[in-house]
Amino acid sequence: MSGNQAPEFTWPDDDISRVPYQVYTDADIYAREQAQIFQGPTWNFLCLEAELPNPGDYKTTFVGEASIIVTRDDDGAINGLLNRCAHKGALVCYKPCGNTRHLTCVYHNWSYDLDGNLAAVAFSKGVGGQGGLPDDFETAGHGLQRLRIETYRGLIFGTFSDATPAFADYMGPKLLASIDRVLIKPLKVLGYHSQMLPNNWKLYAENTRDSYHASLLHVFHNTFGIVRPNMRGGVQIADSGWHHRSYAERVPAGDVEIDKEKVRSLKNQYSLDDVSLMEHVEELGDTVTNSIQTVFPSLVIQQILNALAVRQLVPRGPDRSELFWTILGFEDDDDALLELRLKVNNLVGPAGFVSMEDGLAGGLVQRGAVADPAARTVMPMGGPGIEPSVGSRVTEAAVRGFWKGWRECMGI
Amino acid sequence: MNTDQSLRLRIEDLFTDYVHTIDDDRLEEWPDYFTDAGRYRIITRENHERGLPAALIYCDGKGMLRDRISAMRKANVFDPQTYCHTGGAVQVVGADDDGIQVRSNFTVIRTLSDGAMSTFACGRYLDRITEEDGALKFAERTVVIDSRRVDTLLVIPL
Ligand SMILES: [Fe+2]
Repeated sequence: MSGNQAPEFTWPDDDISRVPYQVYTDADIYAREQAQIFQGPTWNFLCLEAELPNPGDYKTTFVGEASIIVTRDDDGAINGLLNRCAHKGALVCYKPCGNTRHLTCVYHNWSYDLDGNLAAVAFSKGVGGQGGLPDDFETAGHGLQRLRIETYRGLIFGTFSDATPAFADYMGPKLLASIDRVLIKPLKVLGYHSQMLPNNWKLYAENTRDSYHASLLHVFHNTFGIVRPNMRGGVQIADSGWHHRSYAERVPAGDVEIDKEKVRSLKNQYSLDDVSLMEHVEELGDTVTNSIQTVFPSLVIQQILNALAVRQLVPRGPDRSELFWTILGFEDDDDALLELRLKVNNLVGPAGFVSMEDGLAGGLVQRGAVADPAARTVMPMGGPGIEPSVGSRVTEAAVRGFWKGWRECMGI
Repeated sequence: MNTDQSLRLRIEDLFTDYVHTIDDDRLEEWPDYFTDAGRYRIITRENHERGLPAALIYCDGKGMLRDRISAMRKANVFDPQTYCHTGGAVQVVGADDDGIQVRSNFTVIRTLSDGAMSTFACGRYLDRITEEDGALKFAERTVVIDSRRVDTLLVIPL
């Protein structure tokens, strides 16, 4: 280490409710995260089985900054491969998706089968007895680097690490059950878009776990008098702290004491001209209207009324990230349910009535954080630990759970 | 398609008025460019070409168009910003009982309050235009944006 290099970052104490701003801005921390979080003992969402229905189908995706190819091979198995030619390191697949027999690097035509094994090297015997591979070159050692893969309810996850526990153990029973609750049938992709966020990836990872901000930053429901007093909800947190689920449910009006203050405040509200996007077909066997679940480090599984989606978070440098939205329905949706999903989808995404502000909020923190890297955030709500919450979502426990996971992976 | 020049001029006037209404922040007038049952969608080129239906914004009827503007004015929080639309390549591609089909290109430069300018969106308008009480209106306006990627958030209609 040279004399004028900054000392390696350390967290000053055990407190996960006080986060040093440096973690949002520091290039060294960002580089360590690639190795220790994204290529560490974590399950990273890659794509959906529904996107690879046939042998030979492939799709490219990301684990952290690393480009990954996901294929379905002739045995029907899913493979996750680092998208980097064993020869010179070029991306083997530079197209987003397709169907192919071989993965062939365009640079020098090294070709891999769908499992990532090196199948052919151009001019391997040279030309006219000159050049070519040395006799002792072993193709077996020069395939594409493989990730371990697990699929769960149509979601495909990959990990670089042998230390990552089985996916079910990684999630724990409570948060596995909440995936079961939403992904009840074969999925159908309704569309894609992405959103560039002007902030470090962790600020969005925190935002999705921050149920405290929901009604404060996103005032669409309150403004138009849509939040009924008979809503209750809670926050589930994995025992590890790493993953969470925040939910709200409709309960019969007679079951709760109606808050008269709140009802009064709902008078003289603005109203919507067309409330059809607030309709809800209860298709999941309960009365839950909102369920936002995270899988550490980079996945969000969303049910907002009948709007289903997965969101994949990809870091793009210390101060930028990209959020990939895949909008979902079920294969057996009829036309009416499809139409409803498309309307409700107005609530979410980069133009969503109750989510567009998340693009703003992270950027505001990013701009504030640069002033003093050693200063710390203050997140005391429902604190200081990672206790789940029943009946209230005014808690930052799931955010603290994220930092517990982050520190464990980073060894900080 | 061979189109009566006066109709073509009226279509170009409609497009011009539409973009000035947005760029001048007279958004309360924006829904009036549509018929009562008018549909408005902003969809990525990828989704459009693959036949995937999900849109970034989907308004089915004037009520939803008005709600987009009232949400923006009264509920949504965003950095102050303005658009400058430029357009062209207007092509009348067909006409039938459901209206005149027209396609055109557009670019939107977005300027934020700190002065940052960016090419926020470019792509095509795919329109179905009908005449109502002597005025041309959009029965359908599909905004196909070339990039799948939206910078930060999309609040003002394109
Ligand atoms: Fe939010």
